[in-house]
Amino acid sequence: MAQQLTAKEPTAEQIAEQKIYQQFGVSDYEYELICGFLGGRKPNYTEIGVFSVMWSEHCAYKNSKPILKKFPTSGPKVLMGPGEGAGIVDIGDNQAVVFKIESHNHPSAVEPYQGAATGVGGIIRDIFSMGARPVALLNSLRFGRLENERVKYLFENVVSGIAGYGNCIGIPTVAGEVNFDESYEGNPLVNAMCVGLIDHDKIQRGVAKGVGNPVFYVGPATGRDGIHGATFASVELSEESEEKKTAVQVGDPFMEKLVMEATLELINSGIVLGIQDMGAAGLTCSSAEMASKAGNGLELYLDEVPQRESDMTPYEMMLSESQERMLFVVEPQHEAQAKEIFDRWGVICVKVGKVTDDGRLRLFHKGEQVADMPVKALVDECPVYNQPSKEPAYYGEFADVNAADFAEITDLNGTLAEILASPTVASKEWVYNQYDYMVRTATAVQPGSDAAVVLVDGTRKALAMTTDCNSRYVYLDPVVGGRIAVAEAARNIVCSGAEPLAITDNLNFGSPEKPEVFWQIEKSADGISEACVALGTPVIGGNVSLYNENAKGAIYPTPVIGMVGLVHDVDHITTQSFKQEGDVIILLGETKAEFGGSELQYIKQGAPVGRPPMLDLEVEKNVQQSLLSAIQSGLVASAHDLSEGGIAAALAESCISGGIGAKVSAATELRADHYLFSESQSRILLSATPEKAEELLAHFANRGVKATVIGTVGGEDLEININQKAAINTPVAKLERVWKDAIPCLMK
Amino acid sequence: MKFAVLVFPGSNCDIDCYKAVEQTIGQEVDYVWHTATDLSAYDCILVPGGFSYGDYLRCGAIARFANVMNEVKKAADAGKYILGICNGFQILTEANLLPGALIRNNGLKFRCHQSPLEVVNNQNPFTRDYEQGEVISIPIAHGEGNYFCDEATLAELQANNQIIFRYAGDSNPNGSVDNIAGISNKVGNVVGMMPHPERAVSEILGSADGKRMFTSILNAWREQHGTAING
Repeated sequence: MAQQLTAKEPTAEQIAEQKIYQQFGVSDYEYELICGFLGGRKPNYTEIGVFSVMWSEHCAYKNSKPILKKFPTSGPKVLMGPGEGAGIVDIGDNQAVVFKIESHNHPSAVEPYQGAATGVGGIIRDIFSMGARPVALLNSLRFGRLENERVKYLFENVVSGIAGYGNCIGIPTVAGEVNFDESYEGNPLVNAMCVGLIDHDKIQRGVAKGVGNPVFYVGPATGRDGIHGATFASVELSEESEEKKTAVQVGDPFMEKLVMEATLELINSGIVLGIQDMGAAGLTCSSAEMASKAGNGLELYLDEVPQRESDMTPYEMMLSESQERMLFVVEPQHEAQAKEIFDRWGVICVKVGKVTDDGRLRLFHKGEQVADMPVKALVDECPVYNQPSKEPAYYGEFADVNAADFAEITDLNGTLAEILASPTVASKEWVYNQYDYMVRTATAVQPGSDAAVVLVDGTRKALAMTTDCNSRYVYLDPVVGGRIAVAEAARNIVCSGAEPLAITDNLNFGSPEKPEVFWQIEKSADGISEACVALGTPVIGGNVSLYNENAKGAIYPTPVIGMVGLVHDVDHITTQSFKQEGDVIILLGETKAEFGGSELQYIKQGAPVGRPPMLDLEVEKNVQQSLLSAIQSGLVASAHDLSEGGIAAALAESCISGGIGAKVSAATELRADHYLFSESQSRILLSATPEKAEELLAHFANRGVKATVIGTVGGEDLEININQKAAINTPVAKLERVWKDAIPCLMK
Repeated sequence: MKFAVLVFPGSNCDIDCYKAVEQTIGQEVDYVWHTATDLSAYDCILVPGGFSYGDYLRCGAIARFANVMNEVKKAADAGKYILGICNGFQILTEANLLPGALIRNNGLKFRCHQSPLEVVNNQNPFTRDYEQGEVISIPIAHGEGNYFCDEATLAELQANNQIIFRYAGDSNPNGSVDNIAGISNKVGNVVGMMPHPERAVSEILGSADGKRMFTSILNAWREQHGTAING
């Protein structure tokens, strides 16, 4: 049997002649380069496999590197930027927050439960392999329209998969977003983010230090699952993708819990020289990257690798993406101590290699050297492509479309109900009640508010966290949409009473080989960068997921922003819910008739057209800073960012979550429907006690922020009068039913 | 008073239980590994929530064979206080320290939210600081919390006043028989419950109603201890 399997592997000659490398996504040009790096020798099957995953978009960022260079990545509080498992930001008192977002889009499209579950597992490993204790999970999800049966199946199982993994491992899933649009049909987005806490002196790096030191493999045995997962993630989905189900890994959160506890114990013991998780491209990527960062080489003895299946070949072991595995290096005298820790947790820990000084990754199997490749070529020498970029035709055409130019809507109560029932706006209780968002007993603000807030044990501090991206805005104008994604994330953080610290981004786009898609990538990165600079939130890490396409074309450009902020004192924690009868309702910012990419446009017309709302970063920054200082001064009772569905939806949400009504009288030059549903940016809905309202208004006036008193909290109805004419008048209980029942009804 | 918080592979509410004991009643508390063979130093044993042994086979079914469970049985026989929360409740039923079983929620989904509980029996070391019939808010977080037992067992539970908590009103989140959220053994020193009192120990977490479970345990022990000394 062993001979048969091995015999099936094509020879180096056959790989060259039949261009078998093309099946792995390696181009003729890249193949020639690889031969060059091997000193003119043709790569054998194992070697071409290893090169192909290391040179995939997923591992090498070969199409996105020129884009990623644009991001501001440093700042006074950044302790570690992109490049390691996750970025790290100082939060004072020798503590730091570690976070990163990562996609598992393609696996989730073909096997939603395991695809989503292993996405969660992978991002958790990124955090604890830095030495940090994971304290929270978030996720950003995109699906097609929920009326579609396949979409329901994907949605149901992705949510179960996230719940299954996060609940079992005992890390609360505290926040996220779920949006629905045809654009994601057949290519859902599943982005998972993990946040951890660490002391400065415990920070680890994935470095294979010290020539001669042993390299250890930790975690369950290696199987044939997930072979070529990274390559699979770097091509467009097609009907054949269903057949690639074997490229999807299977998760075991119980095993990861054990690996996590044992790893953190090992790191705390202070003997680890370098550690890295086996994520995409498994043993290949972790070993090559660790060697590369140290400027060393590595030998791996593949017979020592624990194997779940018989007769596994070097190719299969190197490319397997079996889950919950780690690689670490210690000095020889600490071997026994390290093994003892893993033994106690019942986790396999075996020596599989050693650090060398020749800069080569050499693999041995059954007494023979089966691969010999320069580490630098694998990690650093993948060619980088500057893809051609072209402004898509629609962008020019939409310049002339005035999105506010639609017949005046007279049924305002009905329209508000329609917006609240739209699955993107509707309550996500159906989703987050399946997640254990309370384990670890530190969740101060639960899912459903603008940002979740997690307490930092033993201090007065807390972390606020959110994910955000309105992809319809990005589609209509990627620069503005990119800016808005960052600005809205920051607004959510500030509304919860926190200072925005930094972001991690997940760039989900179509094929970069299409110039129109590349244009979206490039321009949205510009917008993100501008906003990050203006708001002082550098990019400390992230992930790129390209080739998100299906038969109907590319998804909307979806650069998801994950942001973390610092609540300096738990007394500053603020939520969106109206608090008590008689509180004054204040609107910050200006409302214009802006409807490009809006929820109203989606409901009434379908596809987005026109231009998105404009965003002035200086105005945005001033609004946010003024609000934060007002919250910190104790002047604010509630704060809610205005987003999809405009002020009408925001008022409804603040009423519903507070279980109380509001009476609003607005004076405006706009049409009533424009005023209610516009999605103008840099606006926030506040409430304050009558005693503090005056001081609060003066606070904003002194800072040049437009603040308008629009009503008072109280009663059981949401009543909105515009220019003294009744516009909305509905019992809050009724709004709540519409908002809460929408998703459960669709899922029945 | 001295507390033990058991740690099985896959326990994940162990830290929360530990913190709750420290924060609510400031008593001594230790983590005790599943391999431990002596619990004689402890007055109260908390069997925490989580996914012991990954919930493989059946929730709690593997944990019951852990070494420490023999000691838990001895402690139960000796009249010490034993509280199983969530997965801990499942383990105690699998170990036959409590009757019945916890099966899949009737909605087939994991559910996590605050849950109104009726204190059915406050004549118990774990609930004496609550009012009889009081409705308190304690969160649930489980996929397999649907309490099931046969009719004879249920009649016995009712007759012996062994039902400690019920899901109040029409809030039964999982299909439990007779809305049962927590029960005790016949003697009353072993209690199992699906809701998490250790998650409800401060207003900032959404409820502080769980605090009185911990004060009840301490007060009951002090009384018993005092009696023992006086006697």
